[in-house]
Amino acid sequence: MKNNNLLKNIIIIILALALLFILNITLDSYKVRIVNLCSIYIILGLSMNLINGFTGLFSLGHAGFMALGAYTVALLTMSPQAKEVNFYMEPILPFLKDLNMPFVLALIMGGLMAALFGFLIGAPVLKLTDDYLAIATLGFSEIIRIIIINLQPITNGALGLKGIPPKNNAFFAAMLGQTPKINLLWAGVIAIITIVFMNLLMKGSYGKALKAIREDEIAARSMGINLFRHKVMSFTISSFMAGVGGGLLAISLGTIDPTLFKFSLTWNILLIVVIGGMGSIKGTIISAIIVTIGMEALRFLDESINLGFMQTPALPGLRMVVFSIILMMAVIFKKDNIFKSTLKKARGRYAKD
Amino acid sequence: MSIQEFLQHVANGTSLGSLYALIAIGYTLVYGILRLINFAHGDIFMLGAYITYYGIIYTPIPWWLVFILACVLTGLVGLTLEKLAYKPLRGQPRITILISAIGASFLLQNLGVLLFSGRPKAFPTPAILSRTLIIGGVSVSLISIIIPIVTIIILAILSFIIQKTKTGMAMRALSKDYEAASLMGIDINGVISFTFFIGSFLAAVGGIMWGIKYPQLIPLMGVMPGLKCFIAAVIGGIGNITGAVIGGFILGLGEIMLIAFLPSLTGYRDAFAFILLILILLIKPTGLMGEKIAEKV
Repeated sequence: MKNNNLLKNIIIIILALALLFILNITLDSYKVRIVNLCSIYIILGLSMNLINGFTGLFSLGHAGFMALGAYTVALLTMSPQAKEVNFYMEPILPFLKDLNMPFVLALIMGGLMAALFGFLIGAPVLKLTDDYLAIATLGFSEIIRIIIINLQPITNGALGLKGIPPKNNAFFAAMLGQTPKINLLWAGVIAIITIVFMNLLMKGSYGKALKAIREDEIAARSMGINLFRHKVMSFTISSFMAGVGGGLLAISLGTIDPTLFKFSLTWNILLIVVIGGMGSIKGTIISAIIVTIGMEALRFLDESINLGFMQTPALPGLRMVVFSIILMMAVIFKKDNIFKSTLKKARGRYAKD
Repeated sequence: MSIQEFLQHVANGTSLGSLYALIAIGYTLVYGILRLINFAHGDIFMLGAYITYYGIIYTPIPWWLVFILACVLTGLVGLTLEKLAYKPLRGQPRITILISAIGASFLLQNLGVLLFSGRPKAFPTPAILSRTLIIGGVSVSLISIIIPIVTIIILAILSFIIQKTKTGMAMRALSKDYEAASLMGIDINGVISFTFFIGSFLAAVGGIMWGIKYPQLIPLMGVMPGLKCFIAAVIGGIGNITGAVIGGFILGLGEIMLIAFLPSLTGYRDAFAFILLILILLIKPTGLMGEKIAEKV
């Protein structure tokens, strides 16, 4: 039985990789970009679900950790020339200028940077609960953003960084005579690693401890679970994943600036987590894909629509109104499922509510 | 810094602080009763300013009447918001309601972009209110004097309502013990609706005065003041109205003084509030005037 499962999972992973590879070749570069975003949002969604869904700590600081990861990766992968072009207002710090790393290493550094800050922030803040925690993490995320705006010699301030080197599938594109597109396998493989990691984590004793904390802190504590250590650990891991996701986002966009990392970015991820279901890995994966594609597919709502007999005027903002309504619907009408369905599964079918 | 300049900053800080206080009262009232951060409060504030804008520009109604009508209308919007977004979730985990509040906030912002367009609009300030007075060498705009006075009057009226009237008593009962209050025959829905009405009404008052003081309206104008006023409410001790006013003044004066004395930190102006929030949460989570709530098993 166990071997069967392992085999099944390996086959699924191989199929997923093959699918990504085929999509990479067959789709045009705009669609490849969207598929890539799906992988990135899976990573980000899972990272938020780890802290919000599984551990039950409502953190709204994701955009800040993503910004840390994105800026670290951008600064570590950009060539000294590209940096010089960017920093025309004020030169970059000399030691940062020549700092350059291979992509994978830079990504890990991005994650570690976010994790470090997650640890430093988490240690004091995680003593708070519920909405105080939410507002404090939101505050930290804003502070990180404001510091990025003001640290001109390191981050290029409000101007942002342009020309972050992309990861293209140049090799296969050349073989097939296509123009290079984003290589889907990078984000794809990292997303798969994240999914596997989350599954293993939640099956293990740590995951069970985290769920116990979510259900009842006092009961968990009396069972001998070190609340603080587990919370900080969960928060740090989540920050690491957010940093990696932010780094991938920077690579795939090619341009980052502080306005990208406003609270609305956290909101996008929250949308994914809420629609997918708090504390559900599969749900997060599916909803990350649906929401990412939906955000793009519904772009027509913002433009003028030809109804045959009349032309509706362009309505910029309608798309986001639709998404806000979807989120609220998901919360209001799914209210029982969000927290309880996973809870029921955990308790087994004989348990009472 | 000359004494004139200093007084100038004090006047600015006081009026900004009063604005923060007005909006913070709305947060504190709602939190006191529902234990909910009404994330959409800042956007209600934005709506208040926009409703006034459209009222003055597109209707022949005199401006003072528009102000009153806009406040009432915004109050009704707040009340409706509660019915649609928060009431169906009553009794759910607090996080669920908080998510709904965040959703409501984004909905209002995006509706704002859709209905009012993202381009900034100039607030039509009535000529009488845009005058500048010179008192003892300090030039103060009339509105900077009006704002603190209005805030103090409103605080007095609100204290009267909460301490002396039956509705106020019901509000206090609800904030002490929700279930016991409902067993005593208090009309919970009515009281909550009333609270949201008052909170949104005050947000609109704040929005109008904000528009006169900083006459540029954009649909996202409520985000930062909204967050800062929540912080003001936390600093003062959430659930406590006097605390909210004190918190508002601390935040407003602190922000202006920071810029005045340390101009190099101007870029960090918005971070000041958040740093203050985190400090207060770590040192005295109940705020300056809040009461300690014991954790029950």
